Amino acid sequence: MNEPAFFETTAGPGVVGQPLNRVDGRDKVTGKAKYSAEYALPGLTYGVLKTSDIAKGRIKSIDTTAAAKEPGVLAIYTHLNLPKLAKTPNDPDGKKAIGAPMGFLPLTSDVIYYAGQPVALVVADTFERATHAATLLRVTYTAEQPIATYTDPKAQLFNPEKVQDGKADGYTRRGDARAAMASAPVKLTAVYTHAINHHNPMEPGSTTAVWEAPDRLTVYESTQGVTRTQKSLATMLGLPQDQVRVVTKYLGGGFGCKGSCWPHTVLTAQAAKGVGRPVKLVLTRRQQFTSMGHREDQTQTLMLGASQEGKLLSLIHEKTSTTSPWDNYAEANSKIINILYDCPTFESHYQLARGNVMTSTFTRAPGEAPGSFAIECLMDDLAYQLNIDPIEIRLRNYAEKDPSTGRPWSSKSLRQCYARGAELFGWSKRNPKAGATRNGRLLVGMGMATASYPVHNSQGMARVRLYADGHAVVQAGATDLGTGTYTVITQVAADSLGLPPEKIRFELGDTKLPTAPNSGGSVAAGTVSSSVYMAAQDVWQRLTKVAIQDPKSPLFKAKPEDVSVEKGRLQLTKNTAKGEDFMALMKRAGMDDVEGSGQGKYGAGYETGRPGNPAGPNNNTESTGEHSMHSFGAHFCEVQVDPDLGTVRVTRWVSVHGAGRILNAKTARSQIIGGSIFGIGAALMEATLRDPHYARYTNSDLGDYHIPVNADIPEMTVEFIDEHDPFINAMGVKGIGEISMVGVSAAVANAVFHATGKRVRDLPITPDKILGTKSV
Amino acid sequence: MENFTYLQASQAKEATAAVRDHKGAAFIAGGTTLLDLMKLNVENHNQLVDINMLAFKGVEQTADGLRIGALERMSDVGENPLVMQQYPVISQSLLQAASPQLRNMASIGGNLLQRTRCGYFRDTAFPCNKRQPGSGCPAQEGENRNLAILGGSKACIATYPGDLAVALVALDAVVLLENAKGKQRRVPLLDFHLVPGNTPQRETVIEPGELIVSVTVPAAAHARKSMYLKVRDRASYAFALVSAAVGLDVQGSQIRSARVALGGVGTKPWRSLTAEKILTGAPATEATFRAAAAAAVRDAQPREQNRFKLELAQNTLVRALTDVAAKA
Repeated sequence: MNEPAFFETTAGPGVVGQPLNRVDGRDKVTGKAKYSAEYALPGLTYGVLKTSDIAKGRIKSIDTTAAAKEPGVLAIYTHLNLPKLAKTPNDPDGKKAIGAPMGFLPLTSDVIYYAGQPVALVVADTFERATHAATLLRVTYTAEQPIATYTDPKAQLFNPEKVQDGKADGYTRRGDARAAMASAPVKLTAVYTHAINHHNPMEPGSTTAVWEAPDRLTVYESTQGVTRTQKSLATMLGLPQDQVRVVTKYLGGGFGCKGSCWPHTVLTAQAAKGVGRPVKLVLTRRQQFTSMGHREDQTQTLMLGASQEGKLLSLIHEKTSTTSPWDNYAEANSKIINILYDCPTFESHYQLARGNVMTSTFTRAPGEAPGSFAIECLMDDLAYQLNIDPIEIRLRNYAEKDPSTGRPWSSKSLRQCYARGAELFGWSKRNPKAGATRNGRLLVGMGMATASYPVHNSQGMARVRLYADGHAVVQAGATDLGTGTYTVITQVAADSLGLPPEKIRFELGDTKLPTAPNSGGSVAAGTVSSSVYMAAQDVWQRLTKVAIQDPKSPLFKAKPEDVSVEKGRLQLTKNTAKGEDFMALMKRAGMDDVEGSGQGKYGAGYETGRPGNPAGPNNNTESTGEHSMHSFGAHFCEVQVDPDLGTVRVTRWVSVHGAGRILNAKTARSQIIGGSIFGIGAALMEATLRDPHYARYTNSDLGDYHIPVNADIPEMTVEFIDEHDPFINAMGVKGIGEISMVGVSAAVANAVFHATGKRVRDLPITPDKILGTKSV
Repeated sequence: MENFTYLQASQAKEATAAVRDHKGAAFIAGGTTLLDLMKLNVENHNQLVDINMLAFKGVEQTADGLRIGALERMSDVGENPLVMQQYPVISQSLLQAASPQLRNMASIGGNLLQRTRCGYFRDTAFPCNKRQPGSGCPAQEGENRNLAILGGSKACIATYPGDLAVALVALDAVVLLENAKGKQRRVPLLDFHLVPGNTPQRETVIEPGELIVSVTVPAAAHARKSMYLKVRDRASYAFALVSAAVGLDVQGSQIRSARVALGGVGTKPWRSLTAEKILTGAPATEATFRAAAAAAVRDAQPREQNRFKLELAQNTLVRALTDVAAKA
């Protein structure tokens, strides 16, 4: 069946786009919503990890005597007694087959590669007993001097062929950027550093594993993708995929760290097999810092060549960062720099150093967030240097098509975003001179930055069962990170079926349901909504077939292509008086229910019909359709800086995005606010500190790893540009999970510069980096 | 975390004897620091003696000033009208500390005994002279941005993390202690906390089994005209990078008496008598405040990452003195 675009088929006002309250809100605030670590299974036991004190070396001995004697202790697993897996990620083929985020599984040898690496797993009948027993393990090590970061003089830098797990090139070249730079009338070079950031979802990683039969496993997991976890576990355990069931009904945030199957999950499954009882393992907050990846420590050098009029001629980008002993992981920062502005030449290089750290992983807007910090700060510098308004300099370099491929955009509303954002913010009232606006003792600054995020390639399935009594059950194995998937898909199903939302039950988060992609890379809303919409179309086709064969139906002998559906009524498109309600049809036909299924495609796969990559790593397949597909937006920020105390407070915020169809005005606004706050955290306070000699974190808790609190965040204004994109998927949805934080740190840094005249290029912008600033 | 037994004491004597006679026992009041450190295995206790039932309560005006029971909660004291009006620096230090949830739990006595947030202390995988005497201090050449520039030693540069004690030490507070024999003694807060020297594991003069009963603060003009200014990495719920507790008694334009203490920069709540000396009798001008601030950090020994605290501490002090002098 063809895939008619949603907005071409509906007539009349529906619930899609309306600010519907969360359908799961009441369950969440009353504690009824069951998160993955809350399944009180019969015979449940508790797993607790013991992690390495050192960052490099070998385990000399593990004395389990005292721990094993403790009452209630059922098993203690170490590298010496953990059963062998069918496959481990310890070799590249295994890693690829598993889809593992890290080319190493702890407890497979005595080698220690990073601080916090699990060295033992204790299982006991209560959490307290397991925790206590873990403290009684005596582990001795032969320690070696670790390498903490790429800036360590002993670190060996190398140029990888590929970064981001093979998904991005280590070297990119478009035109002759060096020659263009050499002859450019205006040249700027700047170095940007970014602290290590951790995702820190409120809900830590957790696994509850229960073997239903010797070859059949169920896992209640805190994951952004049940299918991906299912595949990874099945591959490691040597089981057919269908013999592993993964359930995630609610998720307390993920931000990328729950996008893959990390070691603790399979270790818990192995322990459950070993003790013959269900095992639950929840990471402690400290363990969370060394168990599910992070955003890597990195330096970017960006060179810009431009004409005197501010037209870009050349961009050269270099990134150096720390990776693990096994993997060449680096966020692909250069991608956004390559597409954001119309620049004829571009070059990018990546440099890595192996440190004694776990592999870093995708962290909300991986690459786009730190990459936008560099380009958007340097564009701001260019604007000041040439005395051109920061918005104007961006308009002069507006990319009418994707500079990296030459393809037209599927849609781009960035001009409207600038204009509307500037209007809402009052940009025209800004004194262009830096350091010239005061509020008493405080310096006031206003900055802005562009945001962009790609529409990755993805696909997924959904099922709709429509009952003759006017209710429907809608199913897709998607996950709701807490951002509103339950709600927006309920809305899409309601409009697709012509039912009020309260008649719809949407079920997700279970591999028993039709396969959906990872909720990552901003693909979930667009893919799942399209899948559900397609499944509803399937239902109508089936019912149309019944109607035209039913002599008692007003549609008897009609041609299927002449029948359309309007709010649950099947009718002749050209003579809508002729038709009937689906309930009447089904009752007469003796049908209790009718079931349809559908595949939704997202991104290039939708445009070209090419299969996407449903549970692939980060759904990061390159766009290969006719169009280049991205969402765009603009952030506007006002800060007030105390030059004596070094404090920076964000006092006003405006974000305007063009992101296709917005499914729910309320949850979308919340998501943009959440992402912007995430970005403000990275801009002003988030930093995990890794001791340079011990390669071990010194602030791995939420008291000392600062994320914004309410007092840090002002009232935020969020708007969306009405954008219809027929190329990206049946629903015209672009996804807003990540674009919300792209450009945020640059908008803040640009506002700080405007306030103080001081350019801080080292994130986060903490008071120590402001001090010494006096009014310019 | 190790297993422990729990005992609820109804009398002070019962509590102090229980801790004195049971090796590895500890008092618990709010437990906001203790349980945290026990979960991290930084502190290991096999028995906890709950003192919340003891009668160490009350916030009251006495003949000489203010008396606060050690088991009063931070939030109650911070919002007490008498404290807010007569000792604003105390109220402000309390209300800028921690989070509302923590302030509702944490006791005044326990808060004075709050232990450092030094990341090396809080993680048993690191050497730490405070936690394990003689094992070393990686903070000296490590992540020391938040650590002390005043009162440190080769053994330890851990910052005293609290806010209340900074306000109290400025106002000449006195701590009343009681031991297992029922014997009470009074210790000026200035002498209560210890600098690390070679024994960073000893943080206060309190003896095993001794309990804090109450804190008294003398009434004074500089207490009524006082304030607490806290600079931190985020707007709320963060430990001080630098804080200043100041009180001034200004007559005309001349300072009659002054109180100055700094938080976030010292290994103990850092009272600066030299700064006070410069302020006393001097005109209440920015030049005076600058001179006092410079004197307050004159002995500082900053490290690579916390050098900024030198400037920040002086600016914070000058700002606090300026603002308090401008108060009616």
